[in-house]
Amino acid sequence: MTRSHVALLMALAVLGLLALDQVQSTPLNPYTGPPMLALGSGLAATGGHCAAPPPK
Amino acid sequence: MTPSSVVRRPAGPSAISRSGIVLGTGLIILTVALFAGPRSGTILMIGLGFGLTLEGFRFGFTGPWRRMILERDASGLIAQFVSIGLVALAAFPLLAAHGGELKGAHAPIGIAMIGGAFLFGTAMQIVLGCGSGTLVNAGSGNPIGALTLPFFALGSFGGAYHLSWWTDLGSLPVVALSGTRGLLITLAGLAALAGLAILFGKSGSHRLPARYWGAAIVLAGLAVLHLVVSGQPWGVVYGLGLWVAKGVVAAGGDLSGSTFWAASANAAQVKASLLTDVTSLTNLGLIGGAALMTWWRAGFSAALPRLPLRAWMAVVLAGLVLGYTSRLAFGCNIGAFFSGISTGSLHGWVWFIAAFAGSWLGIRLRPALGLEARR
Repeated sequence: MTRSHVALLMALAVLGLLALDQVQSTPLNPYTGPPMLALGSGLAATGGHCAAPPPK
Repeated sequence: MTPSSVVRRPAGPSAISRSGIVLGTGLIILTVALFAGPRSGTILMIGLGFGLTLEGFRFGFTGPWRRMILERDASGLIAQFVSIGLVALAAFPLLAAHGGELKGAHAPIGIAMIGGAFLFGTAMQIVLGCGSGTLVNAGSGNPIGALTLPFFALGSFGGAYHLSWWTDLGSLPVVALSGTRGLLITLAGLAALAGLAILFGKSGSHRLPARYWGAAIVLAGLAVLHLVVSGQPWGVVYGLGLWVAKGVVAAGGDLSGSTFWAASANAAQVKASLLTDVTSLTNLGLIGGAALMTWWRAGFSAALPRLPLRAWMAVVLAGLVLGYTSRLAFGCNIGAFFSGISTGSLHGWVWFIAAFAGSWLGIRLRPALGLEARR
């Protein structure tokens, strides 16, 4: 066994995760996505982050 | 040197293969941009850059801490401080001028936060991988990293599920340095830490090798780009917990009992595609970038280590601890230490002290768990 076997398993796991996500999630719509840069967009930052305090 | 003593390096991929993989990677980024929007494509590209940089320069967070503690080699630690300082130089003015569009990694200091950081430091030394390190190790075909990752994600989901209970044990208000004064205090603090590292480090270890300078500068550039594009600093752990949350929902589970996962923003992200989540995109990029660099160097042919059963069990447990405690600690080496300090959060400094103390314990536990020869 070499690292290539582990890497293959990882690749399959990532593909499986993306496939599950594709089936379960709201369909993607690039036209409703945010502009490429947050800076200068005029929109508030809303993404999830591990440092964000918990919701009350 | 006799012919038998020459170490044969495996032949790398051909030029055609390399061109093909570069083209294929570009197509993947373009596809994500087309279907999920240009921001998603750009964040994935930045994530790939993180993975290529960390694996390419053989740079990380766990290893330099270990070398400082065991060998008094301060160079890697100093490189981390340099990188954080470079990010701070750009992040502080950006956050001051565009506080509505960009946010820092600001979190409260608390009992669970400090305890979580300590245990995270212990666990990361057991598996030799922090948040980014586990992703890079998994991408490069390291079996310990690959086994750690799913349990890290499970732990992250659990830690987020119980986060409010832990923070209710006692937390201070969020304290974040800002403006020119905040930047100067941050840079002075980093300089003081670098001075301490030099003081306690062995002679000559203050001289950084070229690859450390390269890693520190490129990582800082990518981190600033991440802030400008996504509106938030680089983070790892939120995305891992989200992957499990999606799996739980797909299996018919109900997350309404968790204050964290039932909150409107998180519930919406569980329903939305992973290709719209910032940390998921950078995490996938990190795995992909590390895999690309390993393939480029023909590193996948390396044999796997033979470890006793107790070592693999320790890896599983350490993965769970890494995920769970990184949520209580409001981040790992990336979200709390790297991004927290570089955007002014006081919790980043406390995280570093607690996690470094935990690392000391983890280094001593590692041989007893069968992960290396006993010292």
